[in-house]
Amino acid sequence: MSLSGQLINVLAAILLLIAFAMLSQRRILSLIELYAWQGVVLSASTFVVAYSTGQGDLYFSGVLTALLKVIVLPWILYRLIHRLNVRWDVETLINIPTIMLIGIALVIFAFNLAQPISAMAGAVTRSTLGIATACVLLAFLMMITRRKAVSVVIGFLAMENGLLFAATSATYGMPMVVELGIALDVLVGTFIFGIFFFHIRETFDSLDVRHMEKLKED
Amino acid sequence: MTAAGALYQLVQSLLVVAAAPLLVGWVNACRAWLQNRSAPSLLQPYRMLRKLFHKDAALAENTSWVFRFAPYVIFGCMWLAAAIVPVLATDLPFATAADVIALVGIFAVARVFISLAAMDVGTAFGTLGARREMLIGALAEPALLIVFFNLSLISQSTSLTTIVETLARREFGLYPSLAFAAVAFLMVLLAENARIPVDNPATHLELTMVHEALILEYSARHLALIEWASAIKLFAYFAIGIAFFLPWGIAEAGDWGALPLAIVAVVAKLVVAGAGLALLEAVSAKMRIFRVPEFVATAFMLATLGLLLQYVFEV
Repeated sequence: MSLSGQLINVLAAILLLIAFAMLSQRRILSLIELYAWQGVVLSASTFVVAYSTGQGDLYFSGVLTALLKVIVLPWILYRLIHRLNVRWDVETLINIPTIMLIGIALVIFAFNLAQPISAMAGAVTRSTLGIATACVLLAFLMMITRRKAVSVVIGFLAMENGLLFAATSATYGMPMVVELGIALDVLVGTFIFGIFFFHIRETFDSLDVRHMEKLKED
Repeated sequence: MTAAGALYQLVQSLLVVAAAPLLVGWVNACRAWLQNRSAPSLLQPYRMLRKLFHKDAALAENTSWVFRFAPYVIFGCMWLAAAIVPVLATDLPFATAADVIALVGIFAVARVFISLAAMDVGTAFGTLGARREMLIGALAEPALLIVFFNLSLISQSTSLTTIVETLARREFGLYPSLAFAAVAFLMVLLAENARIPVDNPATHLELTMVHEALILEYSARHLALIEWASAIKLFAYFAIGIAFFLPWGIAEAGDWGALPLAIVAVVAKLVVAGAGLALLEAVSAKMRIFRVPEFVATAFMLATLGLLLQYVFEV
């Protein structure tokens, strides 16, 4: 296997590892750091794919990822938890071993799901599609198991990272317009989530999303 | 079986038993240096063993034969484990006695006996230690098995010597699955050998001890055998880690000319690995006993991920 193929595999493996680390991380501050690391790995893999396939616009996508997901979004999230005063918040996660086992089951499911597609593809990145799917599913799982609004949003952003990785690995990136659109959506989305956080806290006096279940008209 | 192979098997069997306390001495010395203390002599573990062998054994009143029998079983298990792991060369005639799965079983037999012996005396500490040991063991064992399955999948064999030969011949490259397996193995090593994030063998603090609680009632030659066995266990784990994850320089079957180089390589690797273990212990804090399942579950998760990645990348 070529060196770039090996590098992409290693980066994909690191991405999967970060997804698991996010699943079992209790501190919100560390979650944001992990999210930033995920961005670093993602942009690095985009650069490797761009170099090995000679697709010039992927360089742009990599730079955009690095700017947005390593610097801007983590900084906004950091400011948010600072303003919300939940910087040192520790979430009570019950039974991490069980969550990890469910995560492993999800990974097996994702790998099986992607296997027929990978078998047909001839690209250097073919084996990473399963990992990208697994990252999306793990981020889903994280959103389900978390109760604090901030960690749910980080789970959502991590899911978007997984989708972007899937796009890069399966089709060598999306068209530039789509990519720019998604980047803007994520940025605006984070701003809106930030405003939501303050509203949630004002209404319920906490950031626990379980309180939202009471929001129905009797 | 060649005569040279049989001779080498004999030499290695004696060598691991003789060298294991030296490794423990080296790790302890490194730990002392890192803690700004002056280190004890490298030969200190030998002196301790000699002292213990010269004492009279005191047995508690209620002990049965299990208590007296256990140290010999534990020592025998660890000796067998260390004797069949390729340390210097892969030409080991006795290595067919156990493959990687049976190797995990040998460690399990030792664990069962030390726990039985601890419960046999009937003290609260012994039972407490035995339960904790079983808790850690029950979680660490599957993780260790999955690490070994990782390597078996690469080499298409569960035999120790075949795995090491395949890995040593493999071309140099980036193997994420092997890296995951190596980290998982390191975590299992820490958990199984009562090292700091999981257990601190240097203290006798009631609430935290695991290994020390098990052997609290032992004295004299029984204690010496158990301490020696745990030194051999550490050596065996180091040897497994080196043979599987850093096999370069090992002498392959029939190639006895490579032996001097293999000796230098193994000694260098052991020295570095021992210092690394001491460093790891110096920088990490001991965790609560109820966090240990998470630690070991992480090792299991890493090993399983390695296995799955292996499956994805090699297809």
